[in-house]
Amino acid sequence: MAKVLMKGNEAIALAAVKGGCDAFFGYPITPQNEVPEYLSKYMNEHGKVFVQAESEVAAINMVYGAAGAGARVLTSSSSPGIALKQEGITYIAGAQLPCVICSVMRGGPGLGSIQPSQGDYNQATRGGGNGDYHVICFAPETIQETIDTMKEAFDIADYYRNPVMILVDGLIGQMMESVDFDRPVKHRFLPPKDWAATGTKNHPGKRNVINSLYLEPKELEAHNNMLAKKYALVTQNETRYEMINMEDPDYVIVAYGTMSRVARSTIEILKEKKLNVGIIRPISLWPFPKIAFDEIGKNCKGLLVTEMSMGQMIQDVQISNRGRLPIAFYGRSGGIVPEPEELAEAVMNFEKWRVE
Amino acid sequence: MELEMKYQKTKGLTDNPLSYCPGCTHGIIHKLVAESLEELGVLDHTVGIASVGCSVFSYQFFNADMEQAAHGRACAVATGVKRIHPDNVVFTYQGDGDLASIGIAETIHAANRGENITVIFVNNAIYGMTGGQMAPTSLIGQKTTTSQSGRNVLQHGNPIKISEMFQHIDGVAYLERVSVFNPKQVRNAKKAIKKAFQYQIEKKGFTMVEILSTCPVNWGKTPVDALKWVEESMVPVFPLQLFKDSGVSHE
Repeated sequence: MAKVLMKGNEAIALAAVKGGCDAFFGYPITPQNEVPEYLSKYMNEHGKVFVQAESEVAAINMVYGAAGAGARVLTSSSSPGIALKQEGITYIAGAQLPCVICSVMRGGPGLGSIQPSQGDYNQATRGGGNGDYHVICFAPETIQETIDTMKEAFDIADYYRNPVMILVDGLIGQMMESVDFDRPVKHRFLPPKDWAATGTKNHPGKRNVINSLYLEPKELEAHNNMLAKKYALVTQNETRYEMINMEDPDYVIVAYGTMSRVARSTIEILKEKKLNVGIIRPISLWPFPKIAFDEIGKNCKGLLVTEMSMGQMIQDVQISNRGRLPIAFYGRSGGIVPEPEELAEAVMNFEKWRVE
Repeated sequence: MELEMKYQKTKGLTDNPLSYCPGCTHGIIHKLVAESLEELGVLDHTVGIASVGCSVFSYQFFNADMEQAAHGRACAVATGVKRIHPDNVVFTYQGDGDLASIGIAETIHAANRGENITVIFVNNAIYGMTGGQMAPTSLIGQKTTTSQSGRNVLQHGNPIKISEMFQHIDGVAYLERVSVFNPKQVRNAKKAIKKAFQYQIEKKGFTMVEILSTCPVNWGKTPVDALKWVEESMVPVFPLQLFKDSGVSHE
């Protein structure tokens, strides 16, 4: 397949299929509607499963059921819809089921807006569901990277038996770019899903139960310890980030998704002002690439965190920075995407945007 | 002389001891469901969905693959399983709090889609597991821990009649309300449950059996009085009847 011009949300849908998606369950919400629209046609034409659920809550529980039955399952939503799915996400994580969740962020809080935003960083990386669990979260910056990540996501979910979230904002969902669906993807050795509830005839002598209930305190603690070990392994293996122009920078911008694209233009603007600026681009938001911050050159004067929100990732940057460098924050919300010139101004007036 | 085995415990139940209170009829209903699955020869390709409530541990009792669902979401979970494995027998086992209150949307829409699943709906007019709170199916005047002077219409409305509502949904292939308060009713309940599973096997659509059940502990009654209360107080509000049967010819 040669390069094609494609809208982000449709590319997400097709990439999921290329990644082996067997089933989609979802509920309409702007700005991700092209994902279910595309799949409603594709899945039916290819003998796969598509159900438009009665709510996000129902959709994520259908995901639980289908994932528990051994399928590769996708759901997709946006901010308030992801909030509703969080009940199901903690059950999925607790029962150690693999699935892929696509989150196309819009403005908040509440009904907020339908314009692009990065206001759901905390929702994605901290989760709103109950208990000690993590969702593996990747935040690509281009439609091409979204496709490549989505194609790999089902393998990662299956490998760790854990939900994987692809987090983009409404801008990436709605814009069009030239993309290639045939770029090679790293495949992992995946054991058979001999734990799935498919009927005992498929695994004689053994009853498979999908469950997250452990009433005995010691059993639940052992379960949580086992999950913690898994999350440590994910942190070790799946932490992803990109260092851009990081040869002895004067300042470092920390940005992900759409904002890292804006920051790339800011580098060029500031070069003309004789300022050398690098970018740390977290790709995995959980696990957060703390180690990237150990690689910053000693002449760096500060970190400018920029987000399309009032500042959420900044907490992870503060943790990773461990008090070494001054930190400033520049963010816009409500659906406004900062211009490269705004970021350049923020770097040049670093003290003005400095945070404690 | 060799002795012939005439009766034994169904293979549809595991050997795990049931977690239900003395006199509760969940145990009878479990047996009826398990026997039906065994007699239809489908145990080895059945996936059951446990819900939240007294039957939360039903995944330990049914001798089949099971998925434990979040409160109220059993029909959504069942939908996920059935769409992946259309030839498996998929059933949910839910109480009145789980199905008629928090999970009513999931249940109605699964019925409306005609999901080819079987819902075992156990209605005992109270929240048992959490300690006897008012259920959507609690009767007018019924005293519970959250309706201590008795349920009144002004404050809480009337008991919700699930089967009466669901009979109007096109996707429903079979719907009957039964009970287990005496041996005759137990036999009727068994027939209904088996028929519901038979219809699922024939891919007729959504099937549900509502079973009026007891909660002696939270009703504050002896097991015998609890059975009597089902017959004398619950049945007049929730009449035992066949609501819908797509297998019957209407000529």
